[in-house]
Amino acid sequence: MEFLENNLEAIYIVLLCVFIGIEVLSNVPAVLHTPLMSGANAISGVITVGAIALVLSLPEDAHWGAQVLGGIAVFLGTLNIAGGFLVTRRMLKMFTTKKS
Amino acid sequence: MSILMNIGYLIASFSFIIGLKLMSSPKHANKGNTIAAAGMLIALLSVFTGVVTDNINYTNLTIILVAILLGVVVGRQMAVKVKMTEMPQMVSLLNATGGGCAMLLGWIEAIQITSFIGVGSQVLLNLGTLTGAIAFSGSVVAYLKLAGKLKDYNSVVVNVTSKLLIFMCIALPVAYATQVLSISFYELTMVLLALGLIYGILFVVPIGGADMPVVISLLNSITGIATALAGLLHDNKTMIAGGIFVGAAGIFLTILMCKAMNRSLWKVIAGTSKSKKAGTASAQEQEIQETNVAETVTKLLLANKIGIIPGYGMAVAQAQHTCFQLQKLLMQQEKSLDYIIHPVAGRMPGHMNVLLAEAKIEYEYLKEMHETNDHMEEYDLLLVIGANDVVNPVAETNPESPIYGMPIIKAHLSKNVIVFKRSMNPGYAGIPNELFEKENCQMLFGDAQTNLQEIVQQLKVLS
Repeated sequence: MEFLENNLEAIYIVLLCVFIGIEVLSNVPAVLHTPLMSGANAISGVITVGAIALVLSLPEDAHWGAQVLGGIAVFLGTLNIAGGFLVTRRMLKMFTTKKS
Repeated sequence: MSILMNIGYLIASFSFIIGLKLMSSPKHANKGNTIAAAGMLIALLSVFTGVVTDNINYTNLTIILVAILLGVVVGRQMAVKVKMTEMPQMVSLLNATGGGCAMLLGWIEAIQITSFIGVGSQVLLNLGTLTGAIAFSGSVVAYLKLAGKLKDYNSVVVNVTSKLLIFMCIALPVAYATQVLSISFYELTMVLLALGLIYGILFVVPIGGADMPVVISLLNSITGIATALAGLLHDNKTMIAGGIFVGAAGIFLTILMCKAMNRSLWKVIAGTSKSKKAGTASAQEQEIQETNVAETVTKLLLANKIGIIPGYGMAVAQAQHTCFQLQKLLMQQEKSLDYIIHPVAGRMPGHMNVLLAEAKIEYEYLKEMHETNDHMEEYDLLLVIGANDVVNPVAETNPESPIYGMPIIKAHLSKNVIVFKRSMNPGYAGIPNELFEKENCQMLFGDAQTNLQEIVQQLKVLS
């Protein structure tokens, strides 16, 4: 119960986001399924925000292992973001070429 | 400065919604992608404003900046270099990085925890680590399989072990909570992380090629869920929103793909290949009509409304560019050529569309099957290139068939069908295709690319 009480706001957000997500996506045509997937993939790179916040908050005397892991986490996250958005862009450019 | 950070997060979350919304039309999709990317940049900048007033730890800051720089450079290289045909692998690999990031996040946190953080937070942390680990190892295996570096492997051992792992993933935390098991929270997290990694591998290894679109979508959504869980733990709203959107997108595509194959998600996950149950013996006994390139050319010249049904075989043969050449030639003669695409053709959702778009084919010629199925008889000639199960009329006629109920492209209703095929080997479902026996269907054996090139050559001479 205590957990519910403390996180009620977050639960609201989760539920609303589920509905918005389904609503927004329900009319994506099959032509765009792959770019949608890789675009969504890039958005999941928002986990990097958490990784950066966590590494920034590591104390002075933090275990070096934590710092190394943190570095790798931020690297993987940014790779996800940069690679994801750029590759989606490349794909979408092919779809938007005008008739010659 | 905290308010600045929160406003940044708000803008970022909202831009994700707008970005995804714009992605539902080919015209605005690129704008949508740019908006989502801009939102991401804002989110990343915002997190720094949150610590500006605190004592900045320069070691940590350096680690972060170097990692970001490396990530951007490597990500850019990958995105620029990847070939369009390698897109399924690329998507899997990028998904692995997101999952890996979520997994490491849980790990670091478990290292840092010194006191009790509350049961709710413990559950979130462990779930986040577990899902991250599954998404990471699963996506890596999916990448290896799509790149052809790893074969399907299905056995009872794999099946039983994965069930055992699921059981342990539930039982261990319960045992920990009830203090039956006396290990530290850090140890519990590490064990779960390892179990997740192993489960991810066992989960993807048995899955066959044609089921790949389901698995890729599912892994994508697991990464999203891992992100959302981390967001809940950190009470970071943009992470929750972003993660849930990705989770929803993944689930949406997963369900769509399952429906398009008429298979339940559980059957795909359990890796039950139907090929063993269905009789394959009758494959050789089919009576078929064979045709050749010259005849195909004649038929093309006689036809006005022509359609191409592409499948994974087209991707393998790299025939999409030749299709475009063929289309240009036919359009010069005022014939129309459409591409009729089944939702699960290929190895990921929308795979065929990407390949055809790469060959500069306008998306207005790319038709979904429900657009064409009701007036199939209007097509004078259909070319089936590298597709098989998705045009098998058995799915409609024979309730005994393993693919019964799967929506198909009703190619058999058109006036003429020519199937480009290497041999009479059955498709993924391992069943004979009744289409091949129809009177209006002829087979053109050989490499699809070579045959198409010859057709284009002869057409050029004739026109």
